Amino acid sequence: MTAYLKLDHIDKVFTRGAATTEVLKEINLTIEKGEYVSIIGHSGCGKSTLLNIIAGLTNATTGGVLLENREVNSPGPDRAVVFQNHSLLPWLTVYENVRLGVDKVFAKTKKRAERDAWVMHNLNLVQMAHAKDKRPSEISGGMKQRVGIARALAMEPKVLLLDEPFGALDALTRAHLQDSVMALHQKLGNTILMITHDVDEAVLLSDRIVMMTNGPSARIGEVLEVPLARRRKRLELATNATYLKCRQRVLEFLYERHRFVEAA
Amino acid sequence: MNMPAAKIEIEIATPAASAAAVVAMTPKRPPRTQAYARLARETAVRVIPPLVVIALLTLIWELICRRAGSALPPPSKVFKDTKELILDPFFDHGGIDKGLFWHLSASLQRVAFGYSLSAIAGIGLGVLVGQSVWAMRGLDPLFQVLRTIPPLAWLPLSLAAFRDGQPSAIFVIFITSIWPIIINTAVGIRNIPQDYRNVAAVVQLNPLEFFAKIMIPAAAPYIFTGLRIGIGLSWLAIIAAEMLIGGVGIGFFIWDAWNSSHISEIILALFYVGIVGFVLDRLIAGLGKFVTGGTAQN
Repeated sequence: MTAYLKLDHIDKVFTRGAATTEVLKEINLTIEKGEYVSIIGHSGCGKSTLLNIIAGLTNATTGGVLLENREVNSPGPDRAVVFQNHSLLPWLTVYENVRLGVDKVFAKTKKRAERDAWVMHNLNLVQMAHAKDKRPSEISGGMKQRVGIARALAMEPKVLLLDEPFGALDALTRAHLQDSVMALHQKLGNTILMITHDVDEAVLLSDRIVMMTNGPSARIGEVLEVPLARRRKRLELATNATYLKCRQRVLEFLYERHRFVEAA
Repeated sequence: MNMPAAKIEIEIATPAASAAAVVAMTPKRPPRTQAYARLARETAVRVIPPLVVIALLTLIWELICRRAGSALPPPSKVFKDTKELILDPFFDHGGIDKGLFWHLSASLQRVAFGYSLSAIAGIGLGVLVGQSVWAMRGLDPLFQVLRTIPPLAWLPLSLAAFRDGQPSAIFVIFITSIWPIIINTAVGIRNIPQDYRNVAAVVQLNPLEFFAKIMIPAAAPYIFTGLRIGIGLSWLAIIAAEMLIGGVGIGFFIWDAWNSSHISEIILALFYVGIVGFVLDRLIAGLGKFVTGGTAQN
């Protein structure tokens, strides 16, 4: 097993004045190239903090992140993030939002015309080329998230980080986008790490599901392999025994062994 | 149950499409006169009420002031006295005996100069205070005290420093209009959502690119609020400052008219001051709308 992305003994402690809160404890995880891994856990368990550490937006207190055996501790386009609330810049058009990253990442390697073609290629991948001159306020939530995905993909990241990418969308749009992401993963073979709190989403999309215990001091409780063949079809899986068993495992973990106490 | 329904739709689809094409072929132009009528009505709704109010107020003013021995002239007398000034704003008899255009333009030049300086310095300082916690801790208390000093209180000091009316007036405009620009810019910078900073970090923008591509556009609505308050304050300050420094300028024109008891000229000048102030405010507001492209934070 080749470790493409490696989380090595990550601890995270937040300090405010005299009070310290240990958020993450002893996180160890290796992800292979091309793998789709989901991290699931109740809200407040520190899964977003973990993603921020991998993205380099926050630093781990101890331990580190290795990407292709090199430590990474600052943000960069090799770990592009699709943010939960899309985070498109409202004063730029759809095209310009994607172009911002492309101009920066391929400043030396691609010519102007090539960068333009690359932006359009990525907008086409998420079927948003038709809206290239619209501003984020003029398109729907699902479309914004598509553009967010295009922006991240266009940076050709080694690992694509998805931070609850479909959390703010309605159920129908969400299903549609999940299918799109699955198709993209199939086509491009990206390594993807996704934060989610949706059990069905995790089982449907992932090769492995990382289940986190409740915080404080959240740790990895269990890692579940999802042995379902690609390409997966939502409707067929609804009655698939393996799918249901995986789903059952995750549900048991979340609602029996690690119930969210505060939610009760 | 669904299948037959879908089938029916498919069968119907073709004739419906051709029917639509037929409809599109017939030129069915919306009546132009109707559009013009609507436009005229919309304009009338906006223009008529203020006109009615102005007419009414003028009438009341006329009735109150037309009696013999009233201290202020009625509108009819104002018009009669200032007819020459209104009809020929461009005369120049040397010294300060010039048309109103020259007075207004002298005042506007001072404002343009002082305000430009304060916009540049204000945005710069605002960015500094908004971005750096230490700059804020050090400078903010100072700003909060200085901004409460009335514009004219600065004038004697600046006259002492510059020994000349012109730079003193410009300094008064600068020091009056800079505070709202600094404070609003700083608030705008501080309110840049963390998401935008994260995006910039992932894309690895350098500080200069971050300033130009994220910071300024994100804070633009706030900056323009500050600029708009600033232009209003500079126009307030210049009139008062000019009354004291003398020379050509609408402020001194008013003071001069008062000294020669030309009350009608004062009223005319006030009218112009109001209009110019209004236009300046609209100008900055329009510029703000143009620059931010009407994209508020969504």
